[in-house]
Amino acid sequence: MILTETSVEEIKEKAAKYPRRKSAILPALTVAYRQLGYVDEEIYREVSKVIGVPNVEIAEAATFYTMFPKKPRGKYLIQVCHNISCALLGADSLISYLEEKLGINKGETTEDNLFTLISVECLGSCSTAPMMQINHDFHENLTRDKVDKILAGLKAKA
Amino acid sequence: MFYSPVITNAAEAAGHKDLHLFKYIEDPQQHKIETYEAHGGYKAWKKVLKGMSADQVIEEVKKSGLRGRGGAGFPTGMKWGFVPKASTKPRYLCCNADESEPGTCKDRVLMERDPHGVIEGMAISAYAIDCHLMFIYIRGEFDHCRERMEQAMDEAYARGHLGKNINGSGYDLEMIVHTGGGAYICGEETALLNSIEGERGMSRMRPPFPAIEGLYACPTIVNNVESLASVPHIINRGGDWYASLGTEKSKGTKIFSLSGHVKRPGNYEVEMGFNLKKLIFDPEYGGGMLDDKKLKGVIPGGASTPFLTPDMIDVGLDYEALQTVGSMLGSGAIIVINEDACIVWVIKKLIHFFRHESCGKCTPCREGTGWLEKIINRIELGQGQPGDIEKIEDVCGNILGRTICPLGDAAVMPIQSAIKQWRDEWLYHIEHKKCMVKTNFEFK
Repeated sequence: MILTETSVEEIKEKAAKYPRRKSAILPALTVAYRQLGYVDEEIYREVSKVIGVPNVEIAEAATFYTMFPKKPRGKYLIQVCHNISCALLGADSLISYLEEKLGINKGETTEDNLFTLISVECLGSCSTAPMMQINHDFHENLTRDKVDKILAGLKAKA
Repeated sequence: MFYSPVITNAAEAAGHKDLHLFKYIEDPQQHKIETYEAHGGYKAWKKVLKGMSADQVIEEVKKSGLRGRGGAGFPTGMKWGFVPKASTKPRYLCCNADESEPGTCKDRVLMERDPHGVIEGMAISAYAIDCHLMFIYIRGEFDHCRERMEQAMDEAYARGHLGKNINGSGYDLEMIVHTGGGAYICGEETALLNSIEGERGMSRMRPPFPAIEGLYACPTIVNNVESLASVPHIINRGGDWYASLGTEKSKGTKIFSLSGHVKRPGNYEVEMGFNLKKLIFDPEYGGGMLDDKKLKGVIPGGASTPFLTPDMIDVGLDYEALQTVGSMLGSGAIIVINEDACIVWVIKKLIHFFRHESCGKCTPCREGTGWLEKIINRIELGQGQPGDIEKIEDVCGNILGRTICPLGDAAVMPIQSAIKQWRDEWLYHIEHKKCMVKTNFEFK
């Protein structure tokens, strides 16, 4: 098993609340993603066994949603909103700035596997634009200064 | 202090006799049940359990004139009334917290800072339709909202506001916090239900409407966060009070998310019918154009609503007034755009979004949004061809009204209005192979 005992327990606990087992698919995939940073076929099979839903139904759901990528990404996933409210306040230049600072293009991961940079659709921080999400955390009202500090902080922690 | 540093008009709401959603929104303790209760929280829920029938609750909300705050503006009480009384099946309530219409960031603040207001509203609404298991569907990216809602839910259970035999009333109500997987379409109610069922988030054909056959084929009501958060106030102060606010047909207050090129972007709770120009320019609210640039246009209700030009913004923010000027109130997300933005560039951003978020079920939307993105991208890149505008209009006309959910219409309406309002700019772009205005927005 790739899923840890804690993850399996968490999935079971969540699944028990729903009137139907199939409803536990998204919660289960979320738990798996939190543990691993990706969800692939092997995980579908494990989830399938834990919640008692056919493997194909897990795969069917998982492949629809953007939050269950099949491949692992860097330790810190940087998602920059490129939608209209953020774009009006310089999201494109924010992406370029991050590309330059990290030495990678959008969609890539740094060599040390620390950062993956992607751009995404609206994250609901329109009145505090521009913004980026790093793993679960939102960083809003971004300036060059703030971005420098955030990245330096993460590098120091790593 | 707060997770989201967004500006609000809480100071105004605190001293105002009628603004209610934002009264305590900047109290850093409001998310805790003790504070919420000290501010009069869960009083409405107790009142309902003690002496109101489900029909009385529905009547009060009907009387209030509350309409859905997620975008469609359907009367909330009437929606609840569609749940068949004779049905022996379980009924479900789903709070739609899949906030993802570009420009909209209001539900997030309610969940983060006043989660009990949402739970109390959900509980009362569940009672109105005789529901004993309610869900809140929070978009997956809003992890801080999930955390706050789960904490608040645990507190509400511990305090006896949820669970079995609530406050000795004999009424049972359970709650599940469900998170999505990153899909705009799940904010559409039937796609949301599919998503809770563990399916791909694709819209369902209607009829049957969810009120008759929704989650697990049982009667289900789906309401937006802000709509539900308004309900306890309606119960406490009466439907007549709520109906005394706003305009003749658009009642109550509404939170507007102001974003883009303004000095003070933020979330502002105002009465329905509030003047759009005032919201953008008044120092108490938007504070005017960022860097004192000239206004080019405004999207008044989220990325799927038609544009307003500067001569159209002296208008009331309500369902009817915005319809009169050819747009919509939508989710109340006002996006302000200055003179430096090329309209083709703006539309390129929007169509990319809709193409990406189309669930793929209906051919006109799945294929059409892709074609639109290709044509618009080539115009933006200076490779537009004569006849491209007509082609765009033709594709738009073949999407509009031909899909089972509103995403197709949503993709098309801003494009049609952008061509109508700024046709010369589109023609210039094709002819000169470049933008008429320089679009180069730098972050600071």
